[in-house]
Amino acid sequence: MAECHPVGFQWVMEAKARGARVYHVDPRFTRTSALADRHLPIRAGSDIVLLGALINHVLENELDFREYVLAYTNAATIVSEDFRDTEDLDGLFSGWDAETATYDPRSWAYESTGEQPSAEQAEGGRRDADAAGSDTFGAGGPAAPPSPSTDPTLTHPRCVYQIVKRHFARYTPELVERLCGIPRDGFAELAEAVTANSGRERTTAWVYSVGWTQHTVGAQYIRTASILQLLLGNMGRPGGGILALRGHASIQGSTDIPTLFNILPGYLDMPHAGRHRGLDHYLELEGGATGFWGNRRSYLVSLLKAWWGEAATEENDFCFGHLPRMTGDHGHYTTVMGQIDGTVKGYFVVGENPAVGSSGGRAQRLGLANLDWLVVRDLALVETATFWLDGPELETGELRTEDIGTEVFFLPAASHVEKEGTFTNTQRLLQWREKALDPPGDCRSELWFYYHLGKLLRKRMTDDEIDRPVRELTWDYPEHGVHREPSAEAVLREIGGVGPDGRALSSSTQLRPDGSTTCGCWIYCGVYADEVNQAARRRPRGEQSAVALEWGWAWPANRRILYNRASADPEGRPWSERKAYVWWDAERGEWTGDDVPDCEIGKPPGYVPPEGAHAQDALAGTDPFIMQSDGKGWLYVPAGLVDGPLPAHYEPHESPVANPLYAQRANPARRTYHRPESPYNAPDGRFPYVLTTYRLTEHHTAGAMSRPLAYLAELQPELFCEVSPQLAGEVGLDNGGWATIVTSRAVVEARVLVTGRMRPLRVGGEVVHQVGLPYHWGWGGGGLVTGDVANDLTPLVLDPNVYIQEGKAMTCDVRPGRRPRGRAALELLERYRHG
Amino acid sequence: MPGRGWLARWPVIRQLTGEDGRSDAARSSRTDALRPRTEDAGTVARSICPYCAVGCGQLVYVEDGPDGRKVTQIEGDPDSPISRGRLCPKGSASKQLVTHPGRQTQVLYRRPYGTAWERLDLDTAMEMIADRVARTRRETWEETHEGNVVRRTLGIASLGGATLDDEENYLMKKLYTALGAIQVENQARI
Repeated sequence: MAECHPVGFQWVMEAKARGARVYHVDPRFTRTSALADRHLPIRAGSDIVLLGALINHVLENELDFREYVLAYTNAATIVSEDFRDTEDLDGLFSGWDAETATYDPRSWAYESTGEQPSAEQAEGGRRDADAAGSDTFGAGGPAAPPSPSTDPTLTHPRCVYQIVKRHFARYTPELVERLCGIPRDGFAELAEAVTANSGRERTTAWVYSVGWTQHTVGAQYIRTASILQLLLGNMGRPGGGILALRGHASIQGSTDIPTLFNILPGYLDMPHAGRHRGLDHYLELEGGATGFWGNRRSYLVSLLKAWWGEAATEENDFCFGHLPRMTGDHGHYTTVMGQIDGTVKGYFVVGENPAVGSSGGRAQRLGLANLDWLVVRDLALVETATFWLDGPELETGELRTEDIGTEVFFLPAASHVEKEGTFTNTQRLLQWREKALDPPGDCRSELWFYYHLGKLLRKRMTDDEIDRPVRELTWDYPEHGVHREPSAEAVLREIGGVGPDGRALSSSTQLRPDGSTTCGCWIYCGVYADEVNQAARRRPRGEQSAVALEWGWAWPANRRILYNRASADPEGRPWSERKAYVWWDAERGEWTGDDVPDCEIGKPPGYVPPEGAHAQDALAGTDPFIMQSDGKGWLYVPAGLVDGPLPAHYEPHESPVANPLYAQRANPARRTYHRPESPYNAPDGRFPYVLTTYRLTEHHTAGAMSRPLAYLAELQPELFCEVSPQLAGEVGLDNGGWATIVTSRAVVEARVLVTGRMRPLRVGGEVVHQVGLPYHWGWGGGGLVTGDVANDLTPLVLDPNVYIQEGKAMTCDVRPGRRPRGRAALELLERYRHG
Repeated sequence: MPGRGWLARWPVIRQLTGEDGRSDAARSSRTDALRPRTEDAGTVARSICPYCAVGCGQLVYVEDGPDGRKVTQIEGDPDSPISRGRLCPKGSASKQLVTHPGRQTQVLYRRPYGTAWERLDLDTAMEMIADRVARTRRETWEETHEGNVVRRTLGIASLGGATLDDEENYLMKKLYTALGAIQVENQARI
């Protein structure tokens, strides 16, 4: 965190100054480690063992926050007797179908109470495995029956509490030592710190980044942390939570308003050809009837009205048929394979640099080289725009410029100070940026580009039916200035929603299912409340409370801590004075506190839903997790995950060690691409070391925004690999010299940094060496400094829930000296691939 | 106390004669004449750092010069409850991000099988891109897939969004969806 989010890290240091204990779990020793109370070096890819052992420690010693667990989680819920655990089936859960390599989750369900099974359970697991279905549960959660059978004594052998306890019983400190390489005293100290700092008076927070997500079990890493935090009562409370530190200025915004294939704004599913007939059928399948997600007709109809305006009517399903349909995985890596195979003809790349920044760089470039046309928009001439002129495949002779048919348009982009608009930061906070000056030359904003491209395309549309969605699209924003820049505020107002009276809406609870409201992203509803750009608010920090509700605007409804109803006990009183945040004011008959309460403000804690209630009315006054259909935090997930209702430790796809827990070595549901452009390392001695990649403070992602800057290029001028003195001795590497790192995908050279900050770990009785590689360099990109592309080494193997690649744990070999050039590099690769 | 002549005011003399070298005694007349770059700024825009997702506040100082308006400094915004005026090495260097000489300001074009970049007028480029989108969309249009209506094109894909504004992502998703282009992805997937 100190390395990649340094200014955010000041708050960790503030907490430490006030007595907080800070533990840093990371394969390498960094600036964060230097400032933490203790650094626990871990083998990349083994975190579920560590977190699972903490869960085991909590349950074995009955250290869970029992009142919180009973009231706010599904601990007491009874699970179907058909469920079988990985502990019973040697690494598989019940429902595995080896032929399709997917789970049928029907046996994971809660014990039947006669209620309708959820769509997930009725349809089976292919529903989620196909098209990253689990991804959409970020805001909603899949449907679960609102009132299942429970055992509040938590002793029923099939209640969630007991199932979780049995599941993690083998995750012991000994296993942590054996698999993670963390010594027992280190684990004991961490376990004591975490449990001593949880409960009524104290909270513990977990902070993570892509070190937890870029794994074939990435979603389950976060799930394991969720179980721990729910057991300890650390969710929805100040100083608690599981905090994702995201790496791009508006990566949160581009997920909420997704430039992603499988979702529409506000985490509504993209419709699927095989599963959804019309609007009603779609709404029936996509979530439960209870909880706030039960209002999804209002959310979706308001979106369709924002997009197709007058053309969207009750009679035509509000133009639901204008939405294109998915038929499976249309994600980034599958798209690249489509380019190589010739089905994808045209490609827009805007503010991203896949030739350097995406896994399997060679496959990326071979895809670019097989397009009809490519549009690249960026500040500098990134490698994705110049691969045909100077890409590494020209050096090896795999490609020749004269043979590459791709037509390339490079359009220079406006910088962040040359346009106005909002970024959504990592805590869901929208902050409006004022425009400082006009962009130079041909530089334009993406707002300008897409708006004017859309206008040009509308001129090219015909009366043909296929052109109707473009013809009928609402595409008319006020234009300003000499460049005819569209108004970003007008776009933000459309996103924020407008009511039947033509006035901006203030809350998503005002959205209607009848087409009388419009809203481009229901979770952002209210960002333009009172016709004021709420994201532009800038009351100085000294003039308001620490929660700073008048600085920017956070979705939803300007809440700063999600699910903060859980900061109060079931009766609505703060768990303790120290941790008071929001509470029920019985006199005024409403919730109040330091933040916007994350519940219906007038719903008393004693509210019991009537039989057959719908949406939020079906949630009790004690239910804090209001987007879930049952209002509970889920220790056990009866539906919605592709690879199991509980996290289990699987080794990375490429790992130097076996899985001592299960015969099933890696996540059985992981997504693989068996392609010659990006083969996998053989599981034998050819690739004996663990390789992990990361960022440096002085550079940003693939380097397009840092390598061309003199200050930053000077601070970190060269690609290097970090190795321990022991590994350097074993391989024959000299500090400051060169090393060649090899996987079956690529051969990369880097300067050697021999450092005690990388420590060999003893794993299962064997010494495992790890190699660390920052990934900021490329061969060009306007960079003042250049270097080989670290991402060329990484495999194309994905988490099955969200399709994120395993970039943080793989195997490699390391050789002394510089890499071979030209064809010799290919020959070396061939020797590694075929032994 | 030294006298009032220029020699006596020389910092070396003042420090040698006992004044604290870390304080006023280090000041010279040159120091006194230095002015902050931000002083002549005509306008100050309140902005947000474009690198990671912490969202640090930035103040962007712009000066009206003979060659037009230019950014003279970008500093942390002390009012921000997130960053309290601080910026990391990248955020502190972001004036270079917007002013560095390697920044491209012209449209470039590489024709199929071409061996060099060519110049292209922005309006022409926009028309050419619109032609290609319209043509590829029509050529690769898929009305049905295995008997189900899909109304889409798998011929056009898009990548990027996490470095862009919410409003920009919104127009992208809206336009692509209307066009039937579904292979739209960004850095959140990686």
